[in-house]
Amino acid sequence: MSKNTEDLKQVVDQAIAEQKVPHVKLKKMGPNDVDVDKLTKPSKETRQEYWGKGLTYFAIGLIIVLVVSIIGFVGAHGLATFFNDHVNIFHFLTSTDWDPGDGKNHVGAAAMIVTSFSVTLLAALVATPFAIAVALFMTEYTSKKDAQFLQSVMELLVGIPSVVYGFLGLTVIVPVIRNIFGGTGFGILAATLVLFVMVLPTITSLTVDALKAVPKHFRQASAALGATHWQTIYKVVLRVATPRILTAIIFGMARAFGEALAVQMVIGNAVLMPYNLVSPSATLTSQLTSQMGNTVMGTLPNNALWSLALLLLIMSLVFNFLVRLVGKKGQK
Amino acid sequence: MNAKSRDKLATIIIHILVAIVVLILAGILGNILITGVPHLSWHFLTSEASSYKAGGGVRDQLFNSLYLLVLTTIISLPIALGAAIYLSEYAKDNWITSLIRTTIEILSSLPSIVVGLFGYLLFVVQFGFGFSIISGALALTFFNLPILTSNIEQAIQGVPQAQREAGLALGLSNWKTIRGIVLPAALPGILTGLILSAGRIFGEAAALIYTAGQSGSTVDYSNWNPFSPTSFLNVMRPAETLAVHIWKVNTEGIISDATIVSAATSALLVIVVILFNLGARYLGNKLYQKLTAAK
Amino acid sequence: MHKHLGVKIVGILFLAVFFLTGCKNNNSKITVVGSSAMQLLAEQAGNDYRLAHPSSNIVVQGGGSGTGLSQVQAGAVEIGTSDVFAETQKGINAKKLKNHLIAVVGIVPIVNKNVGIKNLSTEQLKKIFTGKITNWKQVGGKDEPITVINRSKGSGTRTSFEDIVLKGQKPIRSQEQDSNGAVKKIVNSTPGTISYISFPYANDKHIQKLDIDHVKPTNKNITTNKWKLWSYEHMYTKGKPTKKVAAFINYMLGKKVQKDLIPEIGYLSINDMKVMRDSNNKVTKIG
Repeated sequence: MSKNTEDLKQVVDQAIAEQKVPHVKLKKMGPNDVDVDKLTKPSKETRQEYWGKGLTYFAIGLIIVLVVSIIGFVGAHGLATFFNDHVNIFHFLTSTDWDPGDGKNHVGAAAMIVTSFSVTLLAALVATPFAIAVALFMTEYTSKKDAQFLQSVMELLVGIPSVVYGFLGLTVIVPVIRNIFGGTGFGILAATLVLFVMVLPTITSLTVDALKAVPKHFRQASAALGATHWQTIYKVVLRVATPRILTAIIFGMARAFGEALAVQMVIGNAVLMPYNLVSPSATLTSQLTSQMGNTVMGTLPNNALWSLALLLLIMSLVFNFLVRLVGKKGQK
Repeated sequence: MNAKSRDKLATIIIHILVAIVVLILAGILGNILITGVPHLSWHFLTSEASSYKAGGGVRDQLFNSLYLLVLTTIISLPIALGAAIYLSEYAKDNWITSLIRTTIEILSSLPSIVVGLFGYLLFVVQFGFGFSIISGALALTFFNLPILTSNIEQAIQGVPQAQREAGLALGLSNWKTIRGIVLPAALPGILTGLILSAGRIFGEAAALIYTAGQSGSTVDYSNWNPFSPTSFLNVMRPAETLAVHIWKVNTEGIISDATIVSAATSALLVIVVILFNLGARYLGNKLYQKLTAAK
Repeated sequence: MHKHLGVKIVGILFLAVFFLTGCKNNNSKITVVGSSAMQLLAEQAGNDYRLAHPSSNIVVQGGGSGTGLSQVQAGAVEIGTSDVFAETQKGINAKKLKNHLIAVVGIVPIVNKNVGIKNLSTEQLKKIFTGKITNWKQVGGKDEPITVINRSKGSGTRTSFEDIVLKGQKPIRSQEQDSNGAVKKIVNSTPGTISYISFPYANDKHIQKLDIDHVKPTNKNITTNKWKLWSYEHMYTKGKPTKKVAAFINYMLGKKVQKDLIPEIGYLSINDMKVMRDSNNKVTKIG
């Protein structure tokens, strides 16, 4: 610190010596009047900034640790199937023979992969138009009060346990499908309809936020150009909100992907390749959940289930990329 | 078709879709409430659950659900808030940031049973917490962080840039701007995130079965010492929530009034969520008005 | 208002650590984990036991037989409960575990009421579950395709069912449900379905229980093995149980649980059995 003070004194002295404008009384604030400590230390604002930044870094660090640990955990267990139990990875992805209790040649997840993909995709496809319509209705067509009411009701749906959805599906949707399409009524269609209701609040809520974030003056500008309400929505609002709507859809699909208890009850939970929308089949999660408690840690049947979890992570990664890719294309 | 009629058509379609959704909403909620509410009684709310006889209540489950929600929020909100601020305000726009964002998003697709088992092996077994409320709260935090973080981040990003510039122009530090200006302005969005995640906490069963447990211990509501094993505040006691109770009664319950208990518990759960949402919105609005002087 | 946000967070963390360390002194705790059938019984018994022994702390959880066995083997819990013999589970070293038989539970095939069948022979049952009989009219019922609802692979009920009925033959790939409650609901509501559940869940007028070879599914027929579909409820400890654990297991085997609680739930007391079965399904008469 003393070196700094010396330096500062030198600078001030030099300034006084070179003073060219005499009426500014530089002498008055000589080097001793300057609070050197204060000048050389970070300001209060800087300290706040460090403090705040530190907190957010800590938080994100924690989340990263958490994410890495859970992915590492799932990965370690999931890869054991291939490295310790020597299941052929190609076989795992293409075979439909799922019976891990019978040895390494009966670990095929293809039927579940197909089912999981179709259920998730269909649920998102059905739910998205509804979600966007409801979100548009809330933000563009109705009063704030009505919108808030509708949103509150929607958010209620998130709080209903999946078991309740499962039983509602079992007693309402499955019989209807059975009567219309024949068969037992269990299958991808029933699962899609149940998931549609379950992901609707997630997608809608996030889409509402996305639409709200579009600045007002965009709409005003469009209206000023003589665009109709719909033209404004379609050409301006939706375009601007696209990336965030996509995030909304991703979260919705993630929920659909990870849902187990409700799906398990209406899809039939039979590890068969689905040949139409009303034939019983099983998703990755429904198998995972119903088998987990009956297997012994560290054995092949258990590891195979963790492989399903790993597969789930990888597949949702793929979904994520796809949706983002589409989003980027759409924006151009 | 000209722009005008297209506009009309779009309006009609949107209204039809909304009407369908409203019908579905009304159907589901109506179904749950109509079958459940008649069975709600003071006795049901204030008596213990029964494992095999009819006539049990859900006193402990109700309290546990609320307690778990509070604990989980206390743990996860600061972390999610910090991480969201980092992502929206401090993070550089590069591949690392988008990698973080993507991993957070895919984490939310993990089935809750995986999170539950992870929590089981880590908290229950490794850390020796046993089946306990705290293990449950930590597992729910895992489960909750992705969507909460992403929600808050979006809420923060939704705050107009001009507001930040105004803060900076006043000579405030970046952090002070975020705290004093951006966060209050983003409050409604943050609240939505919180309500959504609270709903999931209320409704979650699979992640809790392996962590908080699916049967409680005897609880004493007059014991305020959080370290006593029988105290209702003890975070180390196992606890069953309303959602887990519904799950248990429906899957392996042998009580003869299982359907009634399940219906009544579901209705109760819906009512609790309604009350919570209304309360959170009310408080949020009050806070918002106070912080931003918006009327 | 945000002035001490950081301080608050640190404070909360401290409080959390404080809470956690303060509460970890429960060494009198007995954790019972595993089969959901046992959970019901142990939960109620645990509550009663606590009334008599206020210092005890018994935590009962489900999670499945596999979880129970692997956790007791790993030493994570004091008692692992299971519907199946530890010997039959891969990855479990049964020699290290001590088996305590607590109760017996019967299993009964159930069908949807509309199929019009009340009795099946063991052979017919086997052919239905292996997919050789696919229509109810082949066994004297309505002309309706058979939908098999199996239980989750590895679950105690399914293992017992397959050991006794299928005798090593492979079941057809079919729908699977992992809980008695879900199976009951599905069989109730879906025409043409067949499945099987534990006795205590079958006391429902909407459900059609089946006789096998004209033997009625009653507890009395189980005691003599006339009704062959039954399984033990086990409690496993790692090696010899400690004093506290032994005291609780003794309580489970005691008069109060065996004479009152077990029959009340719908299980069979282990003392009523006139036959014994080992892990290879060999049945011997007692006494």
